Amino acid sequence: MKKIFIFFVFCFSLISCETSYVDIPADDEILDGPVDGLSNEELARFLKGDEGFAEVFTGNTGLGSVFVASSCISCHAGDGKGHPFTTLIRFGQIDETGNMFLNQGGPQLQNRAMPGYTPEQIPFGATFAKFTPPANTGLGFLQYLTDADILAMADPDDLNGDGISGVPNWVVLPSYIDPQSAATQGGKYIGRFGKKAAAFNLLHQTVNAYNQDMGITSLYFPIDVYTGEEIDPEITTSKVNDVVFYLKTLKAPVQRNQNDPEVIHGKNLFNQVNCVGCHKSDLTTGYSPITALAFKNFSPYTDLLLHNMGSGLDDGYTEGIAKTYEWKTPALWGLGLSENSQGGQYFLMHDGRAHSIEEAISMHGGEATNSRTAFNNLSQAEKNAVLKFLKSL
Amino acid sequence: MKLRLTLILFLFISNLFAQIDPSLLKRIPKDTVKQLLNMDAMYNRPSLNINKTPIAIGGYLETNWQKLTTDGISEGHQFQARRLSVFMSSAISKRIKFLSEIEYEEGGKEIAIEFASVDVEFHPLVNFRAGIIINPIGAFNQNHDGPKWEFTDRPISATQMLPGTFSNSGAGLFGKKYSGNWMFGYEAYFSGSFDNSIIDNTEGKTFLPSAKENPERFEEINSGEPLFTGKIAVRNSKIGEIGLSHMGGIYNKFTDDGITIDVPRRVNVYAIDFNTTLPKIKTFITGEWAWINVEVPETYTQQFGNKQHGGFLDIVQPVLKRKMLDWENASLNIACRLEYVDWNVGRFNETNGNIGEHLWSIMPAISFRPTSQTVIRLNYRLQKQTDIFGNPPSITDGYSLGISTYF
Repeated sequence: MKKIFIFFVFCFSLISCETSYVDIPADDEILDGPVDGLSNEELARFLKGDEGFAEVFTGNTGLGSVFVASSCISCHAGDGKGHPFTTLIRFGQIDETGNMFLNQGGPQLQNRAMPGYTPEQIPFGATFAKFTPPANTGLGFLQYLTDADILAMADPDDLNGDGISGVPNWVVLPSYIDPQSAATQGGKYIGRFGKKAAAFNLLHQTVNAYNQDMGITSLYFPIDVYTGEEIDPEITTSKVNDVVFYLKTLKAPVQRNQNDPEVIHGKNLFNQVNCVGCHKSDLTTGYSPITALAFKNFSPYTDLLLHNMGSGLDDGYTEGIAKTYEWKTPALWGLGLSENSQGGQYFLMHDGRAHSIEEAISMHGGEATNSRTAFNNLSQAEKNAVLKFLKSL
Repeated sequence: MKLRLTLILFLFISNLFAQIDPSLLKRIPKDTVKQLLNMDAMYNRPSLNINKTPIAIGGYLETNWQKLTTDGISEGHQFQARRLSVFMSSAISKRIKFLSEIEYEEGGKEIAIEFASVDVEFHPLVNFRAGIIINPIGAFNQNHDGPKWEFTDRPISATQMLPGTFSNSGAGLFGKKYSGNWMFGYEAYFSGSFDNSIIDNTEGKTFLPSAKENPERFEEINSGEPLFTGKIAVRNSKIGEIGLSHMGGIYNKFTDDGITIDVPRRVNVYAIDFNTTLPKIKTFITGEWAWINVEVPETYTQQFGNKQHGGFLDIVQPVLKRKMLDWENASLNIACRLEYVDWNVGRFNETNGNIGEHLWSIMPAISFRPTSQTVIRLNYRLQKQTDIFGNPPSITDGYSLGISTYF
C-alpha cells in the first residue's frame, strides 16, 4: 500500500515540476511575433489582427464564389514566403496605359471556385505572370520608410554609372486611401508593396488581397469578384484594420550567426559584387504613429524600386507604370527561413521558379547582370560564404 | 427547445428521486471494462432501476485538469468539465426496448441527444431500431463512454477525422448470433447524412465532424439521399473481436426546389476495428483505422482533400489488481495510445509534392480504477502536426489528470 502511495506522490510531483518538455523556438528561428516596444494596447490589437489573419473563410462567411485561397495564413504560413499552391496569376496589362482586361476578370485570376461554380479562365489574348506570396515580416518598417528616402535611392539615369537605375512605381490610388503628405507625380503615388510595387500601403495591399485572393468584399472594396456587382461587406472594417495593424507590427526577421566569420565574409562579398546596389541594407524609418516603428534602423535588403531584370524575367505582364521586365527588389530578410514556410524547399523569384538561392542569382539579368557575373566569378568558397550570409538573414 | 425538453426531463427525474425512498433504487451492476461486442456498448451500461418503475437511469461524468503547451507556449492551467451524459432506458415489453443518451458537453455549452432509439426484436438476428441512432462506423463511435478508457482525451482519428459520437435520425436492422466461443453481429441503418460543410468549414480541411454543427440534420437530409452505415463484427471470446464497417452516401445539396444546382458527390468511409486481451499478462489492446474518400470538385481547392486516413492503438497493461486503499477489486494500469491522422492524402497539382497536414501523437498514461466503473487517469501527450505544406511541425505536449465515472 505504501508503494502505491509513493507511486502516486511521484506522479503528481512529476507534473507539478514540469508540464512541458518542448522549448519555445528562438526568436531568430521564427518569423511571426510582434515588433519590440509595443504597448499593451498595441499588443492586444496585434493579437486581434493575428486572429483575423488566421481566419478561414467559408461559403457562409463570404469566400468566393471564385477565389485563390480561403485565408490569409494559407498563403503566408508562419508569416513566411508562400508555396506554389497559392501562387497568384495576374493578367491583362502590358504597359503603363492600364489593364485592358478589367471587364474580363482582371487583374487577378481566381482559379478556384466554390462547389457548383466555375473558376475564371485567362481571357484569350491576355498575357499573365505568376506571383508567389511573399513573407509578411517587417512590413511596417517598409511602410514607414519615407518617400524621400526611396526617391534618394532611385537613379533613373544611372548617374553613378553602376549599371543600376532603379525607379519607383507611381500608382493611382483607390478612393479609400488617404495619401496624406505622400510624394506625388501626376496624381500618382509611390507604390511599395507587391512584386511590381503596385500597392501604396498595407491597407491597399490587404483590401486587395481580401477581395482578389478570397473574394471577400469590404466597405473599402465592395465589388464582388464573381458578379462584378457591389454587394454588402463580408468583413468588418475594424477586422480589416486590425489585420493591417498586425501586418505593420510583425517583427523584422532576426539575423542568425551574424558573428560567424564566414557570414561576415559573405556579407562583404555581397557588398563587393554590388548585390547591395539594389538589396539595400541600412535604412531608417521616418515618423510613425506606432512608436515602436518610428525612426528605427532596419536592414530589409531592398530599395523598394523597380529594376530591369532582363528578358528572362519578362513575363509580358505589368502593373502601374512598371515595364513588363521590371520588378521591385524583393526584401531578402527572412530568406534563410523560407524553407520553413515553403514545405522544406525554396520557391524563389517572383513566381517560385528558382529552387535554390544560387539558381535565383543565376536568373538575375538586366541591371543585375554585372552583379550576377561578379558572383559567378567568385571561387566556390566565396560563393558558399555569400550563400551562408544570405541564409543567415 | 432542446434545452427546455432537457429541463423538463430533469425536473421529472428530480421528482422521482424526491418521492421515493432511495433504498428502492436498485443498481444493475455491469462490468464496463469487460466487453461483449462493441455494438453492445449501448446496452452494457450500468444503471439504476427505480423500484418497479419501467425506467432505468444512469450516466457518466468526465472532468479533468489539463495543461498543454504548443511550440513552448501554453494557455496555462485549465479545468475542464468535458461532459455529463445521462442515460435512460426502458423495457417497454420483453422484446421492445427504449434507450437514450443525452450529453452535456463543456458545462452545457453543447447539449445533444446522442442516442434515442426504440428497438423491436423479431428474432435475435432481426431487430428493428429507429430513432436517433449512433452510426456504427469503427468502434469508438458507439463505445465512447469516458469511464471505459484510460485517457482523458478521445482519440483524434475517431472524433475529428471520423465524427465522434455521430448520430442521426434513422432506422435499420441489427442482430447477433452466438455459437460456442463465437459471436457474430451486424448492423445496417439508413439515416440522416453529411452536408456541404465537410468541405467548406473553418477548419480549412476536409472535416466530417462539421456536419454535426448542422441543427437541421435531425429533420432534413441536406442531399435528400440517406446515408448508409453498415457493420459486421466477429468475436471469439478467447481471441478478440474484429469489426468492418462502412458509411457512405451523397453529402451535398445538388437539387433545390426541383432544380439541379450541382452534381451529386459521395462520401465513403471504411473502418476496421479490433480488440483483444492477451492471455496470461492480460494486456488489453484495442485499435481502429479508417479511410475516408470524399468527392471534391476538381475546380475547388486541394486544401480540402479527397482522401484521409488515420487511426489509433491503445495498449493497456494492468499492473496491480487487488484490494487497494480499501477498495475491493481496484486496479492500477499503465497504458499508451498511439495516434496518426493524415488529413489530406495526395500530391499538389502545382508541384507534385506531397501534401502535408498530418498528425501523430503518443500518449502514455497511468490509470487507477477503484472500481471498474470509475477511472482516475494521468496522461502525458506528445503530438506533432504539420501544416498543408509539410513545414516543420508544431509540437504540443503536456499533462492531463482526470476522473470519469458512471453513476
